[in-house]
Amino acid sequence: MTDAWIPLLLTLKVAGWATALNLVFGVGTGWLLARRRFPGRDLLDALLTLPMVMPPTVLGYYLLVLLGRHGPLGRWLQATFGIQLIFTWQGAVIAATVVAFPLVFKAARAAFESVDPQLERAARVLGLREWAVFLRVTLPLAWRGILAGLLLAFARATGEFGATLMVAGSIPGKTQTLSVAVYEAVQAGQDSVADFLVLVTSVTCIAVLLAAGRLVPGRVANPS
Amino acid sequence: MNAAVWDVDVARRLQHGERRFELDVRFVSDRRQVVLFGPSGAGKSQTLQLVAGFAAPDRGRVRVGVRTLVDTATGTHVPARDRRLGYVFQDYALFPHLTVAQNIAFGLDTGWRNPSRAQDHPRVRHWLQNFDLAPLAHLHPEQLSGGQRQRTALARALAPGPAALLLDEPFAALDTALRARLRDELADLLADLSLPMVLITHDDADVRRLGQAVFTLGDGRVLPAS
Repeated sequence: MTDAWIPLLLTLKVAGWATALNLVFGVGTGWLLARRRFPGRDLLDALLTLPMVMPPTVLGYYLLVLLGRHGPLGRWLQATFGIQLIFTWQGAVIAATVVAFPLVFKAARAAFESVDPQLERAARVLGLREWAVFLRVTLPLAWRGILAGLLLAFARATGEFGATLMVAGSIPGKTQTLSVAVYEAVQAGQDSVADFLVLVTSVTCIAVLLAAGRLVPGRVANPS
Repeated sequence: MNAAVWDVDVARRLQHGERRFELDVRFVSDRRQVVLFGPSGAGKSQTLQLVAGFAAPDRGRVRVGVRTLVDTATGTHVPARDRRLGYVFQDYALFPHLTVAQNIAFGLDTGWRNPSRAQDHPRVRHWLQNFDLAPLAHLHPEQLSGGQRQRTALARALAPGPAALLLDEPFAALDTALRARLRDELADLLADLSLPMVLITHDDADVRRLGQAVFTLGDGRVLPAS
């Protein structure tokens, strides 16, 4: 039974990294689309939302083509840094990041759009530079919505199956995450292992959703 | 001849879907207190935003005293943060996540961190005292009455020591009795500080009490004095 902790820890590591990466990219693009006008904005929004509606196996296939030994990015990474992402836990991080990205991006965009631009103007006229306006006004008023998105992304990354299997495979102790381990256990007829893994996964996801639910209402900071 | 305190000549074309609006506002005044008067939709707010630097004019200039804030002829454009103007928004735009004291202290330090709740800057204390806000220093804006919010917004604009004050319908959200009192307070304050201001309003009483020079706007232009 102790073997079940290995996929759990791996899953938490992968989901943690995927969430951290989405904190940077999801929040950045969310802000960009909420506050800047540029040509192709709607198209970019659609493209960035795509991972939410596409089958994870299709995303996994795209990543495989892109990052694989013969893919443009994969070849470059191999030649320049000697990095090989396919069939590694880092590859699983990339897969989970892409799949969970729209959840953070959408939540961040909505959160930033809910911040009254008048408040940002008020900060500017009081002498603040743009990054100070962001750190002192925009972010404090949007962080609840962003955090809710991050928690959803963490839950989504925890349950990721299709794209992860395509990109990272199912190497026990190395790339075999919880959801993949459940599949393998059922295939191998190890029902007690599957039961335990399913329980752990369910509890993790419920805990994360409860935490997210607490953050969503009253998205704008309402101190009282 | 006195040097002009306010020298504004700005043009900007605005397009909102089908609606097009052409703003072309010009006024020069050697009096400190200017009131722009007119119905909503006349271009008052747009004009004030061009003076503040929230938007850039297509053509024109804004001078306050000897300082040129924007001049399309010379390519001068001082960003809003460097104009040293105090701006009081119609809905006050107080920061909802900060206390009254933090709101007032906001512009005193322009770094990346908000003033702490425990800060006790002498200028903040001064304005809290001056506007009877001291007992409310640790409340959040949503806990304040309309008049208290208005005073907080004014204190926040004044604390950094601006070169001039811009007021966007500062009394519109208040009831009549309070409006008259705060109008008197503002008039006294402006006299004390000898601070130039532009106030925009559609209320005659503001014009009578505060307007040393009055310009009436209609359809994006200053109407000839009648």
